[in-house]
Amino acid sequence: MTEMTFVRPEFRVRIDREACIKCGRCVHQCGWNVYHLDADDRPMPDHSKCAACHRCVTFCPADAITIEKNPLAYKESDSMSSGLRKAIWRQAETGGVLLTGMGTDKPYLRIFDHLLLDACQVTNPSIDPLREPMELRTFLGRKPDSIEVGYGNGDGGPPKLLTELDPQLMLETPIVFGGMSFGSVSLNVHRALAMAAKASGTFMNTGEGGLHADLEPYQDNIIVQCASGRFGVHADYLQAGAAVEIKIGQGAKPGIGGHLPGEKIDEQVSTTRMIPQGTDALSPAPHHDIYSIEDLRQLIYAIKEATGYKPVSVKIACVHNVAAIASGVVRAGADIVYLDGFKGGTGAAPTIIRDHVGIPIEIAIAVVDQRLRDEGIRNRASIVAAGGIRSSADIVKAIALGADACGVGTALLVAMGCHVCQKCHTGCCSWGITTQRPELTRRLDPEWGAERVSNLIRAWSHEIAEVLGAVGVNAIESLRGSRERLRALGLDQTTMDIIGVKQAGVGH
Amino acid sequence: MTPSSESVRSVPTGPARRGPTGIEPARITAGQPGLENGLVTRDGDTAHIDARGVYYKTLNEQIRMLVGEGMTTVMLDNINGQRYIGAGISADHLTIMVNGVPGNDLATFMDGPTVIVDDNAQDGIANTMNRGLVVVRGDAGDVVGYGMRGGRVYVLGDVGYRVGIHMKAYGEQHPVIVIGGHARDFFGEYMAGGEMILLGLGDSSEPILGSYVGTGMHGGVIYVRGSVQGHQLGKEVSVVDPTPEDAARIEELVTDFCRVHALDATEVLSQPFGKIAPFTHRPYGKLYAY
Repeated sequence: MTEMTFVRPEFRVRIDREACIKCGRCVHQCGWNVYHLDADDRPMPDHSKCAACHRCVTFCPADAITIEKNPLAYKESDSMSSGLRKAIWRQAETGGVLLTGMGTDKPYLRIFDHLLLDACQVTNPSIDPLREPMELRTFLGRKPDSIEVGYGNGDGGPPKLLTELDPQLMLETPIVFGGMSFGSVSLNVHRALAMAAKASGTFMNTGEGGLHADLEPYQDNIIVQCASGRFGVHADYLQAGAAVEIKIGQGAKPGIGGHLPGEKIDEQVSTTRMIPQGTDALSPAPHHDIYSIEDLRQLIYAIKEATGYKPVSVKIACVHNVAAIASGVVRAGADIVYLDGFKGGTGAAPTIIRDHVGIPIEIAIAVVDQRLRDEGIRNRASIVAAGGIRSSADIVKAIALGADACGVGTALLVAMGCHVCQKCHTGCCSWGITTQRPELTRRLDPEWGAERVSNLIRAWSHEIAEVLGAVGVNAIESLRGSRERLRALGLDQTTMDIIGVKQAGVGH
Repeated sequence: MTPSSESVRSVPTGPARRGPTGIEPARITAGQPGLENGLVTRDGDTAHIDARGVYYKTLNEQIRMLVGEGMTTVMLDNINGQRYIGAGISADHLTIMVNGVPGNDLATFMDGPTVIVDDNAQDGIANTMNRGLVVVRGDAGDVVGYGMRGGRVYVLGDVGYRVGIHMKAYGEQHPVIVIGGHARDFFGEYMAGGEMILLGLGDSSEPILGSYVGTGMHGGVIYVRGSVQGHQLGKEVSVVDPTPEDAARIEELVTDFCRVHALDATEVLSQPFGKIAPFTHRPYGKLYAY
């Protein structure tokens, strides 16, 4: 029987034949092999391969290409949607687990979009951030329980801090880059992120794929990750980073490991991960030396011992018991707790996990912050909130809910050309981002990418400063955990109670 | 106030929250701080540390200090559970002699040195080790050589669970674990490269291996002296007869192991070996629908 499928194409590629100049650029640009040229050099599309990534549309010199949703009608059913029907057909054909990329596309409640910020009026003056200093600088790391200040030699001289502080990561803006491994993304993406992190005064994160030698000049702005597969992890790697992150979980796929398919393990990825070319890179679901908080403490301190006591971040996916888990993580000695909400992105995850496991970052921030405060240990670790941070507004709200800083990943890729087609796992990314195919990866010029990412961070930082001015504070520190400056619109009472935010219209 | 772990131990954890029982919940502490310093004596390139009662952080600082001074042998006496000995140390001509039972994560992230333990060792030895040699004259605990990428581990006695998990090889780096005694379940789990040899010396009434051997294994090889039953294997591996190349490799490694542990290699090699290898390097290649 010939291969046939019930799954009709999701998109239709329409070519304006009058406008088309038969240059063949679409054929060249498409990483999915949608196009071939017919005998008359006319590009002919295979609609079924189109991911709607718009690479061809963007680069068509004649502006002759349009991508449309396939208007093919299905008998409507809210329950058995056309998407579900297609998923069943695909699985009936292959017997495989459905894979996807990026964050969930399901229409879950977006709590950030139901939170509104306060502003100053009449009795409490707002601040103009264009004319007055506005402090966005953020320090991540363990803060002391108390500080001791001395004055000169006891003779009333200038004050100085007597308390020895733990090492801190200094961010010029409360944004860090989320972990995205070389392997899931291209080396040029890593180069761009490293340059942008340096230019923006913040940190990129290697993800679990090792650190390519080209990134060594940027190591003061790099957080290196140690995950369950221990790919590319060795003493020099741990030493190279400004801090080390232990990845326990990822918001998009809590509780499961990662499989980087052998096709993506080319020579460069092989060198950086320190595994042979072509083998699958399997990251087990758990770290097999961590079965308890005590075991986590053991790894945290193993890393501290191996690095001369650099800050250690622990990244966990936001799950139902996140507050208790975070408390354990802090008590285990983490300097930073990186919370990754269930809307976070991924290079590849089973769709069922991405779309159905975990809890939103907004709730996780609030309950973790509250738990650590209640237990009197909030100062012992900084909270970085990630997994569903899409804009500067989300960052401001996350910080008001209790985060110290936010981690962003997808938005950085979008800045570099990603059109969120959710096909990262295929390794065919036409934009040269989530692929290792050299003809595709060379499309992303690292310096161009770095400039775009730096622009985004600069723009967001200005926006954050604008909001701070409107709220009437001159430092991000003053907004941190200040839930009183948030109000909810359209959230239910239970959610408002859990996140500690009042209904809009309720005064102080 | 001192930073990091000291401060964690010495400071109160804030206002206690009492549960419904009214009993204050237990707080995690890292044990007693221990002595400020071990007694160090130097004799040429050799240094001794009397580690009795010395906290691991202090002990490891002293070891690194002595390595920095150019010592080539560091003798640790009265070791009793101190963790992370040799952690992250990069040095080629360094031997650390451990007299006593070291704590978890011995030689973790280590790159080059030789560590010789004159007693039993605990869990997690050679965790993510890059290069070097770890010799244990007694038994070792669980998760020996987790993610180990290079170097060798020679344990004379028995080992616990999940030994050699996710061991991997790369280029010139090729990790080897040789176990003189028996091993428990999940031997070579997720193994991606390198070699393990299990000799099964000692009590012959016990099975030399537990169950789920090589579960998730997708690279490398395990040689077992003695028999392994099908029900002990993970579904990703099978037992085959060693090739002449395998036999030569077994002889080479066993001979070296026996030299280090003063055993009779001829006698050890006189029994047949089985070879456990994975069916595929891509165990999950067909799991997904695209």
